[in-house]
Amino acid sequence: MNKLLTTTVVSFALTCLSTVALAAAPIKIGGLFAVTGPASFLGEPERNSAQMVVDEINKAGGVKGRLLELISYDTGGDASKAVQLANKLTKNDHVVAVVGPSTTGDAMAVIPIFEKAGVPLVSCAAGIKITDPVKKWVFKTAQNDSLAVARIYEQLKKEKKNKIALLTVSDAFGSSGREQLKGQASHYGIEIVTDETYAPKDTDMTAQLTKIRGSQAQAVICWGTNPGPAVVARNAKQLGLTLPLYMSHGVSSKKFIELAGDAAEGVRLPSGKVLVAELLPKSDRQKAALLAYIRDYKNHFKAEGDHFGGHAWDAVMLVKNAIEKGGDTPAGIRSQLEATRGFAGIGGVFNFSAIDHAGLTKDAFVLVEVKNKNWTLVK
Amino acid sequence: MEFFNQITQYAISGLSTGAIYALIGLSFAIIFNSTGIINFAQGEFVMLGGVLAIVSITALHLPMPAAVAVAVVGTTAVGLAFERLAIRPLKNATPLSLIIVTIGASILIRGLVMLIWGKDTKALPPFSGDTPIEVAGATILPQHLWIFAVTLLVIVASRLFFHHTITGKAMRACSFNRRAASLVGIGVGRMVLLSFLISSALGALAGVIIAPLTMTAYDVGVMLGLKGFCAAIMGGMGSGFGTVLGGLILGVLESLGAGLISSGYKDAIAFFILLLILFVRPQGLFKKGETDRV
Amino acid sequence: MSPHRKLKPDSLNPDTPSSPQEKLKFLVFSLAVLAAPWPLAGGYLTNVLIFVGINSMLALGLNLLLGYAGQISLGQAAFFGLGAYGSGVLTTRFAMNPWLAMAVVAVSVAAFAFAVGFPVLRLKGHYLAMATLGVGVIAHIAFNETVDLTGGPSGLSGIPNLAVGSFQFDSDLKNYYLVWGFALVAVLLSLNLVDSRVGRALRAIHDSEVAARVMGVNARLLKVQVFALSALLSALAGSLYCHVMTFISPTSFSFHVSIELLTMVVIGGLGSVYGSILGALLLTLLPEMLRAFQDFDIVFYGLLLISMTIYLPGGLVRGIPALFRRLWPVRRSHA
Repeated sequence: MNKLLTTTVVSFALTCLSTVALAAAPIKIGGLFAVTGPASFLGEPERNSAQMVVDEINKAGGVKGRLLELISYDTGGDASKAVQLANKLTKNDHVVAVVGPSTTGDAMAVIPIFEKAGVPLVSCAAGIKITDPVKKWVFKTAQNDSLAVARIYEQLKKEKKNKIALLTVSDAFGSSGREQLKGQASHYGIEIVTDETYAPKDTDMTAQLTKIRGSQAQAVICWGTNPGPAVVARNAKQLGLTLPLYMSHGVSSKKFIELAGDAAEGVRLPSGKVLVAELLPKSDRQKAALLAYIRDYKNHFKAEGDHFGGHAWDAVMLVKNAIEKGGDTPAGIRSQLEATRGFAGIGGVFNFSAIDHAGLTKDAFVLVEVKNKNWTLVK
Repeated sequence: MEFFNQITQYAISGLSTGAIYALIGLSFAIIFNSTGIINFAQGEFVMLGGVLAIVSITALHLPMPAAVAVAVVGTTAVGLAFERLAIRPLKNATPLSLIIVTIGASILIRGLVMLIWGKDTKALPPFSGDTPIEVAGATILPQHLWIFAVTLLVIVASRLFFHHTITGKAMRACSFNRRAASLVGIGVGRMVLLSFLISSALGALAGVIIAPLTMTAYDVGVMLGLKGFCAAIMGGMGSGFGTVLGGLILGVLESLGAGLISSGYKDAIAFFILLLILFVRPQGLFKKGETDRV
Repeated sequence: MSPHRKLKPDSLNPDTPSSPQEKLKFLVFSLAVLAAPWPLAGGYLTNVLIFVGINSMLALGLNLLLGYAGQISLGQAAFFGLGAYGSGVLTTRFAMNPWLAMAVVAVSVAAFAFAVGFPVLRLKGHYLAMATLGVGVIAHIAFNETVDLTGGPSGLSGIPNLAVGSFQFDSDLKNYYLVWGFALVAVLLSLNLVDSRVGRALRAIHDSEVAARVMGVNARLLKVQVFALSALLSALAGSLYCHVMTFISPTSFSFHVSIELLTMVVIGGLGSVYGSILGALLLTLLPEMLRAFQDFDIVFYGLLLISMTIYLPGGLVRGIPALFRRLWPVRRSHA
């Protein structure tokens, strides 16, 4: 009897405690994503993924018994708007950490605000400038373009191709890639024989490709995001260009194959592993996370989870882990983020430190090739 | 020889892009000529044509000709609603308030398309395959031939319509002098509506035939509209041959600029030459000078 | 634009500072501007109001040109961008004093506009619209392509805040007073200009350029001068923008910005100094107000533009008093 009473009292007390814990105010995380505007191909999957992870975490009982709340705003890819919204998140919503923004421009514009406010920012944009030099409160989950470039150059070196042509889009994504492509070329003994660009809304790149055809190039590297590279692939086919065509991770989704159609065959690109999760060996540390992400995304949105959404998945998970270890203060989250080691996410295995807030190595990328309208690993 | 081949390719690529600009420019000019409105939503009609055609094929599984018809009719309906709901209610319209209304409409149409059909870029299958055709050392696609053919057809048809039918002549009369036109019994309001119908149908047609080449998404209208406007201005805002030449020249300038000078600056080069043309011939390349009445 | 379809803003609402009533108006406006941050208590809206101030200067510049002289410009973003990049590049790459840079840039941009103005303003109507649009597109491409100087599409970061001695304009509140200080001076100067001989000459050009010429107005020179003045205001706004943001990238100076400015001026009220401010206020705050509609905000934005043009043809500055006068509260909810 006594024992029963004790059990009842204890379990009652436990129930009360857990109810109290769940009733406590949720932990607020901010989100800044370019859901509309030219960078919506980044912002939309990122916002979706972030919301999805937060929902999944809450469904599983939250973090240490407290729910997470995601307050996310659309920057439209406009730096001024991003600044206003970053202010709103830090000053009015009092969030403890922010994931995003989607574009390097937005990220660079809001960094001073987070540095001043002392709120950790886990950026989903790729620009190398975001974490180089290291900023106290800023981390990022998107792989540096330099890693993607290194992957391509290694392959070219292996195939003894040392004269290449560049065709990059004249926006932040393309120009960052172009900078890296030019910067690393000499290290791999590669010579850039033509360096062409196109505007983000251009619909015909035959002029640039014709020029490339007339050059000494042995391979073409096109750096851009949909739909530009699909147009490039189609134009290359139209011109009968037989050079191997390399693209960037900017088009690493099924969408590219769909848009480019037959012209996509044989195109190679460095990609996060999410594209080829099924093909990875069991020993791969990321495989479990990748398959879970793909499954959840399909359940929630009836669409393929991509590489970009993965950046937001990683960002939210990193913040969640940091809250679990270091509590719900911005400073606590920051120091735990910096102490993150061996977190196997979608973008790669993250190892942050006081001198590295990007945390990835070039193993984060695999080289894939389009064969029969599907991705295959290039060995 | 290689260099010669390159030049032909630049020229042919430029001409095929230019034909697209020309078509859009024509649809600009038709509204401008009968109403004096610069329709900033024109690019949206082009976008709508492409998107509707793709949706008809992927969601409704219609065959291509039916999809084209749905796209043109659907866009024309939007053009009609636009004129009725936004242009006609404007009392004492000034050119500026008309510009703002059309800007508002373009934002609205873009927003609705984005909400209904999403932000993804979509591709339309080509009308007659994608085996490249060789012309004088350069290559083009069968779809380019479609574009040339449709452009030609539109020029001929608009020539016949505006010069050889009563309605067409009435529309031209409105463009010369609205008051005089209404004095001789032309229903100016009806002509405005008609010009919106023709122009949106034409825009949609342009959108459909270019979609297999350029692909389409809710936000392609702005740039296409801008280039079309440019073509129309070069041609002196006429609804005939001038605009077509304007479009072709713009396309070739871009292509040559990209190939021979710098691909990064190609649009700047095209606009710079446009500015020079305007400075030398403020009334457009192919229009005789007019004197303003005081 | 064309002589038989002109706007007559001045007869409806002359902003004339010489009358005591107008002096009072300016005083009340200044006090409102000074007091605005207090109720916001350091929230993010102070930050939004900084951008309202910058947009007000830009809208004012365009309104002088469009509302008073009747000359359209779809290339204002070019001058805004030249101001921002001028200050940004001079202070980061050449370590120039920000205030000196601001002055140098403002004068050079005005001089540039003055030079470009002669051929450009010879054009009329939609040809003028196209030419100014062209200037805007070329400037935007130049910001993108001169990577060594501007950082290209990835943007230019590390721009310093403005400072006086050891006092740094590094908080929202400080920047608010900085920007609105400039904006108030711009408003005062515009009010005086509009009321002067020059203002009357401008309105004469707007009504009929030929008639103005006959009366002995050097129409061409005057138009170019106003063009340069409007460029000067835009460049100043650009310099302030770059020091407030400390980071700039070409997307902030694209064609869309020019269009948005045009919308501000027309929605606010053509040919009205306060109308420009009202337009800037409304269109800058609008996205904040529409955020409740989430993804539908763009649709509401489009609908608002259309219905406001239809129901408030004179812009807010004339529409709101007129609506009050005629007691049309029902209609007002439409707008």
